[in-house]
Amino acid sequence: MNPVAHAVRVGLRRGWTEFVLGLRSGQDQGYYLFVGLGVLAYLWINRTGEVEGTDLLYPTVALPSILGGFLVFGMVIGPAFALVMEKEDGTLLRAKATPHGLVGYVTGQVVYHSLSILPLLLVILVPSALLFDDAVRLGAADWLLLVPLGLLAMVAALPVGLVLGAVVPNTQKMGTYGFFPVIALFTISGIFFPMQVLWQWVQVVAQVFPMYWTGLAMRSVFLPDSAAALEITGTWRTVETFAVLGAWAVVGLLVATVVLRRMARRQSGSAVKGARERAGQFVR
Amino acid sequence: MRDRERLVEVRDLRMRYGATDVLDGVSFGVRRGEVVCLLGANGAGKTTTIEILEGFRARSAGEVSVLGADPATAGDRWRAGLGIVLQSWRDHARWSPRALLAHLGDYYRPYSTPDRSRPYDVDELLAMVGLDGLATRKIGTLSGGQRRRLDVAIGIVGRPELLILDEPTAGFDPEARRDFHDLVHRLTDLEDTTVLLTTHDLAEAEKLADRILILSGGRIVADGSADQLARDLGREAQIRWSLDGTHYVHAAEDATAFVRQLLAEHGDAVGDLEVRRATLEDTYLAMVHRDESTPSGAGEGERPLEVVA
Repeated sequence: MNPVAHAVRVGLRRGWTEFVLGLRSGQDQGYYLFVGLGVLAYLWINRTGEVEGTDLLYPTVALPSILGGFLVFGMVIGPAFALVMEKEDGTLLRAKATPHGLVGYVTGQVVYHSLSILPLLLVILVPSALLFDDAVRLGAADWLLLVPLGLLAMVAALPVGLVLGAVVPNTQKMGTYGFFPVIALFTISGIFFPMQVLWQWVQVVAQVFPMYWTGLAMRSVFLPDSAAALEITGTWRTVETFAVLGAWAVVGLLVATVVLRRMARRQSGSAVKGARERAGQFVR
Repeated sequence: MRDRERLVEVRDLRMRYGATDVLDGVSFGVRRGEVVCLLGANGAGKTTTIEILEGFRARSAGEVSVLGADPATAGDRWRAGLGIVLQSWRDHARWSPRALLAHLGDYYRPYSTPDRSRPYDVDELLAMVGLDGLATRKIGTLSGGQRRRLDVAIGIVGRPELLILDEPTAGFDPEARRDFHDLVHRLTDLEDTTVLLTTHDLAEAEKLADRILILSGGRIVADGSADQLARDLGREAQIRWSLDGTHYVHAAEDATAFVRQLLAEHGDAVGDLEVRRATLEDTYLAMVHRDESTPSGAGEGERPLEVVA
């Protein structure tokens, strides 16, 4: 029995357990419900608007973008918050005290947050498919493209979340360094409105990050080819999408490996205790 | 398996943070099958020592061997032989004790050997720490004492050869404390587990340990069984007296000579004379007092006590 391979298998089961526990917890159910209802309400309010230059309704165009946005949001913020919290509460130290426990821990994180995308997809896609005509119209070929693109988008975003979680010292600071930047990207990445209305430099910034490319990727799968006219170059830029997301994935995974190792080295009982005392001061 | 094999060997261990020496040449050993208590005041360096042994902290200097390897470089196979119970966990709040023990135990499966099957059976373990009735409860809803017992169960789930516990009974009520002591005895008697634990409670050390190490001022100042320490450290006697309304206390090895001289000097002015052989507790408290107030400087002479009205 190879101990590392064994730890990966233990980690896979860990991720599944975390996912099931999450589904049963009020906290996660609340989050899914909140996102589902929020997206639905937003699309419902704008249900009759026709998108300029096409014969498509607003919900049809916005839905794939929102889906992409939440995919990135979930894959960044999920692991980032989990790591920061579990540095403080001793979960990570527990993993470190176990043979190859960190391998299992990281595997578990990847599995848990990847699986957590599924309920999110469900709460966004299913009501939309029922309520809005033509909003979810996927053929076999579309699914064939959606799966690899979705997976690539996840692999591109997840290391960012892991690195954030490793570097940011506590949950209070996660708002500043994690949550707000992601929300800002959400706003400028062409999710709610075409980004061409923004200044040129903002568009350039947005196109550096995976959020924009994931939204674009989702639109390219969900929308008819004529809708590509709405995009910056008037095309879906599929090759560029794979290139940018692939680059984020490769660089992200390399950086995450280094940063997670460094973080693990620094974990000790007194480090956890110190973090807890600082967190306690904040609450008091 | 050699009978008196040393599982822990520490020689001249030093730890320096900036300009302060937290550990200033600590040396000790732990033999297979022993229960050893590292006793010391808060801030004496107990946790630092423990973390170095666990491989969680790099040392400044000295030689350390745990289970035959240097913790700073030992790998995960080494870690599988070590059980760790640290202070105050609050992780995995959504999990149940049974699920968490089964999960963490799983990591130890590749390290199972014919004479040491790993991991422990989860239900056996739950019964051993008295959590069998709470196996499926959410960990987040356990009381502090139950939580600590779960921590101990997690520490031994991999059937460790050496179990290290940092302040395991902090926050326990007397009953939980007694249950815990029973558990430690059971581990060493039945499971061939060697135990090293820290505490600042002398009574606990006396009850649990085959051997007590007292850590003070960054060094091991005493090493032996509770009886030995009482003999070695209890040589001094404490003399109390009053003079012109002020109360004094002094420690001396030759109490008789001291009192003779005291009376020769002050004669009838001396009152409330009291001579008492120092107990282990007196000696330990004096050490704790010295560690927690400013180090050195406070001379060994007479200290005026507070005057009682």
